[in-house]
Formats: sequence, structure tokens, C-alpha cells
Amino acid sequence: MLLKPQKSLTQKIYIVDIAKGLWITIKNMIFAKKVTIQYPEERRNYSDRFRGVHYIKATNGVENCTACMLCPTVCPAECIHIVAGERPDKEKYPVQFEIDVLRCCFCGMCEEACPKDAIKLSTVYEMSQSRREVYEKGFLLEQRGNK
Amino acid sequence: MGKLTMDTLGWCILIGKAVGVILVLVSSVPLMVWVERRGSALMQNRLGPNRVGPLGLIQPLADSIKLIFKEDLIPGHVTAFYFVLAPLLSLIPAFMTFAVIPFAAPILVEGRTISFQVADLNVGLLYIFAIASLGVYGIIMAGWSSNNKYSLLGSLRSSSQMISYELSMGLSVIGIIMVFSSVRLGDIAASQGEAWIYLGSLMIPKWGVLIQPLGFLIFLTAAFAETNRLPFDLPEGESELVAGYHLEYGSMKFAIFMMAEYLNMTTASGLMVSLYFGGWQMFWPLTWIFDALGFTGMPHEWARVVFQTASFTIKVAAFLWFFVWVRWTLPRFRYDQLMNFGWKVMLPLSLANIFLTGALIYWKVI
Repeated sequence: MLLKPQKSLTQKIYIVDIAKGLWITIKNMIFAKKVTIQYPEERRNYSDRFRGVHYIKATNGVENCTACMLCPTVCPAECIHIVAGERPDKEKYPVQFEIDVLRCCFCGMCEEACPKDAIKLSTVYEMSQSRREVYEKGFLLEQRGNK
Repeated sequence: MGKLTMDTLGWCILIGKAVGVILVLVSSVPLMVWVERRGSALMQNRLGPNRVGPLGLIQPLADSIKLIFKEDLIPGHVTAFYFVLAPLLSLIPAFMTFAVIPFAAPILVEGRTISFQVADLNVGLLYIFAIASLGVYGIIMAGWSSNNKYSLLGSLRSSSQMISYELSMGLSVIGIIMVFSSVRLGDIAASQGEAWIYLGSLMIPKWGVLIQPLGFLIFLTAAFAETNRLPFDLPEGESELVAGYHLEYGSMKFAIFMMAEYLNMTTASGLMVSLYFGGWQMFWPLTWIFDALGFTGMPHEWARVVFQTASFTIKVAAFLWFFVWVRWTLPRFRYDQLMNFGWKVMLPLSLANIFLTGALIYWKVI
């Protein structure tokens, strides 16, 4: 059954309600805080848990990674490629560490899997590029986000 | 225009006025686009276009440059001749209607009366209604020649809407014609400066809105419907008709439709100001400044023209802002609501207004 709402006389004439509506819009226009973020000048602050571009953490200039291959194993997008090597001090290290960001789904599983706290996701979210490139070890060591 | 035999100077003045009015109208369009976009943005707690030029004022110019340089596409399934003709048919009446709207009182220069309207027709109001209803042909032609069911539906809606609301629009103006006994817009604007009643020393002028409040409300609503603006923009209702009659249009042809819409708004505002808000009659702060300046002789007359044009422009601008304001406040009518409102509310009210005005004139209230 269709229930028709009972309208008072002022509602039936409309004019009062239209005036109320006009007041609401002008009030919003003049007094309300504008939600727009003026992007290149202002940026949104994300929490530290935000999953942006990857980086490799280093201690004393040496990367934490020991090329244990846990992150390429867990990666659902299979975008991490590591070639392991050996340092003079018999320490295992990644000769090559590449992340194909085009395939990455930013799930953060690599970060969870890493026992050495080496691969991490920063809060940097500006990743548009004009070339198709994979992120190499040098870049990943350099870019630290805001960490 | 009066007599057809005019000397060279007369022709120069006439052409000058026509060109001036057209230039002002054309340049008001980008400004209105800017006001509409910034205004809507601010009402929705956004900022709107603010990058191109100071406060984003150059944005409409950038948009129009883009629209001019886009491909002038005519889809294969349209009737090309009428498809191209339609935007022009809606633009030209929009320009033509403004011709009879006076923006200042006539001035007497060396025995020559210069009236500040392009054509001082003695059938002013009738001319406006005649030309304004031509605008619907552009919309119908656009919808039909597009050969597209959404466009056709949009133009059908538009035509029935315009016919329904033109009736009550015309009838609501009859009250004004009865009070001022003239259809010449210059006369109507001039007689609105006369005193109606005195509240102590305060003179209340015979502004149409004061002596015809009901007529003004009906005219305002009908003007919104005539210009196809929200809440009456059913011809282009996006949610059900994609874009209505200008669905198949792109590039500059689409821009011409938008121009026609904004020009119709300007004309409707000018008409409402001339009929109901005293036309070029000055209002308080301007009269005060004008008296304070204290010119005499010819400078006084020219200053009067400047101040009257300014007050007319301010009033029109206020109405244009009201169009934008209402658009971003009220949602669209449903189609049956629109028709019910037009025929069952507006038409009886406008008829009642005529009888009421007649009675009030008989009892010498107005």
C-alpha cells in the first residue's frame, strides 16, 4: 500500500521549503570547510601502515637482505626477482633485486614474510612513469619514503 | 525604431547599440559559466576550477578554445542539414529577445532622443514572447534530426514543457500590463519609478514585485521552465535521457547550445528586472552616490545613464546568480509532477492573479 506522507500547509505551498533549501546551500557555500585537497601543493597524509612503493632497508650502508627467497616465494603476483650471491665474508646477499611494479598488487606479503626486516613498503604513492621499468636494487635502497 | 527614414548618425547609433548589446551578451556567457562552476563547487564544499588565471576566470576561455579546435563531427545517422541548423536556431532567438529590453532611460542629446535599447518596439512584450517561443524549434529540430530515441524524447518533453509554461508565463504578465497600461518595456520600466505609497517619508516605488507578488512568483517559475534550468531541466535529464536533445552534439555545436541556454537565462533575468524590479530604476546606495556626486546639465544626464545601466546590470546579475543558486539547491521534477504543476497549479493561479489585479485596480489599491 502506498502511504502518502501528510504535508502541512507550508509544505504544500513549497515556497517556505524552497527558501529553507536555498539557505542551506548558501550556508554551505560561505561557512562550510572545503574538502578539496589542492594536490601538488597539499598532500594527503597516510598512516605508516599505508602500502606504497617498496624499499630495502639498510644498516650501516649494507642492505639487510640475505637473499633468502622468502619474498619471491610468497609473492602472489610473482613480481620479485632475486639473484643471490656471496660476499667475501661468506655472507649471502642479493646480486640482483628487481620488483616489477606493473605486476605488484601491493598486498604487503613480502614485508610480512621477510625475516630480516629488509623489504618494506613506504608511504610513497606517486608511481606514474613514462617508461616501463622494473625497480632495481639501487633504486630500492635509495628510496625510503618518509621512513 | 520609430520612423524608417534615419540619417547616418541615427544608423551609427542603432548599429552601435546592437553591436554593444551583442558583445556584452556574448561576454556574459563565459562569466556565467565560471560563476556556475565555482558557485556549484562552493555549494558542494568543493573549490571548483581555480587554476587557469586568477580565481580560475580564464577557465571558460580555455574550455571554448578546446571546443573550437575539436573535430566538428556530424554522425552518419543524422539528418545533417537540420542537425547543423538546430544550434543556430536556438542561439539566434536568444540574442534577438534582448533587443527590446531597456537598460537605461532615454537621453536627449542635441534634439535627438537616444533610447537605451536596441529596438524600442511598441509591442515589446509580445515581441519577446513571439521570439522566445521560437527557441523551442531549435530543441525540437536537434532532437528529431539526431535520429536517436533519447534525443527525440528530450525534445518532445521540452516542447510540451515550454507550451505548458508559456501559457502561465503570458498570463502572469497580463497583471503587469493591466497596472501599467502598456506593453512597451521602456514605459513599464519608467512607470515603476513612480510612488506607490508613502511610509512616513519613505517612498515605496511601484515596483512590479511589490504590486504583483503572485504574478512575479508565477513568472519566475515559468522563466525557469522556459530556460530549461533545474528544477525544470527534463529535456536533458541525465539519469534517464543521457543528455536529451544535445546527446549527438559535440565540439562547438554543443557549445552553441550551452551559449543559448545562458543567453536565455540572461534575457529572462533582464525581462524579470524590467517587469518586476524597476528595470533601470536606481536603488538605494546608487541613488545616494548619484546625488552626492551632484552633476548638472549634460554631465548629469550622462552620469544618470551610467548609473541606470549599472543598477540594471546589478539587478540582472543578482537574478543570474539566483538561477545558479536554485539550480544547485532543488532536485529535478518528475515529469507528471511537472505537467501537474504547470496545468493544475500555475495556470489557475495566473488566471486568479488577473482577476485579483482587476479587482485591486477597481478599488484603486494599485
